[in-house]
Amino acid sequence: MTYKTRIDGRGFDEARPIEAKVGVIPRADGSAMFRIGNTWAYAAVYGPRNLHPKFLQDPQKGILRCNYNMMPFSSSGERVRPGGSRRSKEISLVTEKALLPVLNLDEYPNSVVDVFIELPQTEAGSRCAGICAASMALADAGLEMKDLVSAVSVGRVADKLLVDLDYSEESYPDVKVADIPIAMMPNTGKITLLQMDGEVKKEELMKLIDMGKKVLMEIYEVQKKALKEKYHEVEV
Amino acid sequence: MHRELRSHIINLLNADTRLDGRKLTEYRKPIELEHSVIKTAEGSARVKIGETDVIVGVKLDVGEPYPDTPDEGTIIVGAELLPLSNPEFELGPPGIQAIELARVVDRGIRESKALDFKKLCIAKGEKIWMVIIDICPINDAGNLFDAASIAALAALKNTRYPGFNGEKVDYKNKTDKKLQLEKLPIAVTVIKIGDKFIVDPDTEEEKVVDARLTVSSMEDGTLCAMQKGGDYPLTVEDISKMIDIGIEKAKELRGYL
Repeated sequence: MTYKTRIDGRGFDEARPIEAKVGVIPRADGSAMFRIGNTWAYAAVYGPRNLHPKFLQDPQKGILRCNYNMMPFSSSGERVRPGGSRRSKEISLVTEKALLPVLNLDEYPNSVVDVFIELPQTEAGSRCAGICAASMALADAGLEMKDLVSAVSVGRVADKLLVDLDYSEESYPDVKVADIPIAMMPNTGKITLLQMDGEVKKEELMKLIDMGKKVLMEIYEVQKKALKEKYHEVEV
Repeated sequence: MHRELRSHIINLLNADTRLDGRKLTEYRKPIELEHSVIKTAEGSARVKIGETDVIVGVKLDVGEPYPDTPDEGTIIVGAELLPLSNPEFELGPPGIQAIELARVVDRGIRESKALDFKKLCIAKGEKIWMVIIDICPINDAGNLFDAASIAALAALKNTRYPGFNGEKVDYKNKTDKKLQLEKLPIAVTVIKIGDKFIVDPDTEEEKVVDARLTVSSMEDGTLCAMQKGGDYPLTVEDISKMIDIGIEKAKELRGYL
């Protein structure tokens, strides 16, 4: 099978349809939903709140704790066993690192900000969707932030460079595939998450990051719009 | 704990009203039921009762039957009290609250014979379908029992078998064959606070529950499962009244299916 055009008819620089909403979990201090194609993420923020056990506390600043979890029925294959896997633990870690640079937790010593990310349905790009939802949820919780964080995957299938790979592309048979999730602070262009599986040349990677940036700015606009829908601007 | 809240709630109940102005045996509104919300599941539903929001997904898998029921398939119900849905829930393996929730939902389906387990048999003594039902709350604003029960039933109602070639399950190609529901058992949890009975408690009311009784009943009023909870005992008269309320309210909830 040769790979010439995208299976769902998108342009190579085009993301799947995106939908975002803020304040979807009333019990949380902040929450958001982010959908990209068939990948669907919820994020809830609780805190800043007391941190137990005490030895985890930092007397200088609050800490951020993220947890990424796929619901048991969220994979198109077999049921996902509940409870963390090595994969979900690693994603939780890189998510935390992707979000931390935009937060200022100096005012919350000995406290924790908990971010819970749940995926009801996935079809590739779930860590990026989780990060997009989480950064909106943090903003919804009213935390001091330098920027939002927007995330998307870029990559390569055969000799094509493309953004927002779906499952059929990620697992395209018999050709070289690279999958590169990136997260960025849109206002500074700084990268807060970068991972890669597969094979790619440095020049290609640089080009991919450029392609990614364009889509990330679109995602950023969707995130901002969702936040503005909840928090109307008030004229004084 | 919660002494002030409790006396406030009891005063309201004595005046025939509640914190949010509802009648004692009135569910929150709106009640919303969405079918087939999860593409990756073989069946799914999302139920909202007021602010309580639950997703239930069904996955099917092929396994071996139990030795004592060689021609019967089985159901497995799991519940995760996700810390995303409630500030009091913590990460970790299911605690006793989650296990009770899963078992109450399980019993409602199993004991009502809502599914004919014999129809889940593929090859006697060798292969059967396992119906795995997972309950995931998105927002727990009270009464997960009733929301999860009705969501589980709705999810089963739209469950379609995946492909199966005798060896492997083909999840990518769902068949047109649906899981057949024989009965529609509806769970209603009736709460006792002081000497009053209410349904559909919110988060505050759940903090001051004396006793609860989850009553699962079928279309003809036959009871198929029950679970008493809470720290205080119930008299036989209490139980009789609670069952009456349970059967009455089940009729109303069945209308949403």
